[in-house]
Amino acid sequence: MELICPAGTPAAFRDAIEAGADAIYCGFRNETNARNFPGLNFSPNELAEAIGLANIRGVKTLVAINTFMRAGAEEIWIKAVDDAVRAGAHAIILADLGLLAYAAEKHPAQRLHLSVQAAACNAEYIDFLVAAFGIKRAVLPRVLTIAEVAAITRKVRCETEVFVFGGLCVMEEGRCSLSSYATSKSPNMHGVCSPASHVRYREAGGDMVSELGAFTINRFPEGEPAGYPTLCKGRFVVDGADGYIFEDPVSLDILSHIDELRDAGVAALKIEGRQRGRAYVSQVVSEIRKAMEQTGRVEPEAGSQRLRRLSEGQRTTTGSYDKRWR
Amino acid sequence: MTLPPVVPKMLKPIPVPVAELAGQLAFARVIDRHPALLDRLGDFGGKTYCFAPIDLPFEFAVTPRLARVRAAHRGGILRYDAKISGPVVLLLALAEGRLDGDAEFFGRQISIDGDMEAVLALRNAVENDAVDFVRDFAPARGPLQGPVQTVLDRLRTHLLAREERRWN
Repeated sequence: MELICPAGTPAAFRDAIEAGADAIYCGFRNETNARNFPGLNFSPNELAEAIGLANIRGVKTLVAINTFMRAGAEEIWIKAVDDAVRAGAHAIILADLGLLAYAAEKHPAQRLHLSVQAAACNAEYIDFLVAAFGIKRAVLPRVLTIAEVAAITRKVRCETEVFVFGGLCVMEEGRCSLSSYATSKSPNMHGVCSPASHVRYREAGGDMVSELGAFTINRFPEGEPAGYPTLCKGRFVVDGADGYIFEDPVSLDILSHIDELRDAGVAALKIEGRQRGRAYVSQVVSEIRKAMEQTGRVEPEAGSQRLRRLSEGQRTTTGSYDKRWR
Repeated sequence: MTLPPVVPKMLKPIPVPVAELAGQLAFARVIDRHPALLDRLGDFGGKTYCFAPIDLPFEFAVTPRLARVRAAHRGGILRYDAKISGPVVLLLALAEGRLDGDAEFFGRQISIDGDMEAVLALRNAVENDAVDFVRDFAPARGPLQGPVQTVLDRLRTHLLAREERRWN
């Protein structure tokens, strides 16, 4: 199995190589990728340099162009595909069917992967995209159990890739409108969930209050671990009781299931976190690399413990892979 | 990871203009060694960032594009676009990319106030430029280069090991 690692900056890209990545995914500095945060991502020149370095080290570079084209602004996405091909990307990760069609037609030799944002939850959908656009790999959405991952992987005519660690969405891959509702900016078309321009933290009575747009979404008493300022992880009062009604602030960690995923025939494990810093990339990549090499002989619990400190809310879950949430 | 209380006590008598001069020199050195930093900051280079180490008697307001650094006693800087507070060693380790900013934020070790966009841009720009305060601040050459680098490097290793132990 390949280990696919995130890189939000050229420095993180270099760190991921050193930490043992088989492949690194990254994006351009605009809304064509789902981590469009200020100061993050690559210019076309930086991408070409990074790919050159990765090629020397035998590491593959995957370019995420995984948001959906906005009507009237399609040329931004078209240019991103052309730039990624020109830079020598090993594969391009796409979600928009129109963009997949363009890439397949204009660049028939280019390897295409289906993004998690496409929410491909069954073999029929994936095989249709294999037949229509020649996709070579599908990143499966984080809504499936391990048995379902195995069933899809057995059936489809392309490779599958799953997330092994990192931030979780509200299980509406590519379809979530919560951020759009609160901020008018969409993770699916502007590449940014809870844009920093709309986020504010303030102190109130010793608590840390997080706000997104006009909404107060959480209040953390002193000492309580915090999470990202997303509506899906907001704490709301329902029927007089406050709690997390969509999702808890918690990160995915399925290090304990690596053997099962390998047995299922999954081709690659992916780490979420292009928005994270270099320390995250180095530590997570090397811990998971270690777990992949030790798996079957050593319980990965120690690695998971170390990764928990890097997790949202400093807690982890096996998420849908075990489907035990309330 | 806070400094021993004796450190702020020792630093407290230092006049604000002296602290400000030290801040200006430090900033000039960083920009001299990492000129691409301003480019990556883009428009956010014009923002004013307040760095407020909770274990030092001073805080600093930095406007990168104007190369302007102001110092004040803790709590004395009221006009800023974004303020980042936390133990000084942790703030330096974050700037060097040795610790993960999100993780420290989740763990409530640092706090942020104001323009989050500016904070993210700064974090990403500084991290990408591989700032290394030991290398940047030690003499570039001469007989003191080696010994100063060794001492600073050991001090950094010791302080970061303390942070690791705290977690484990």
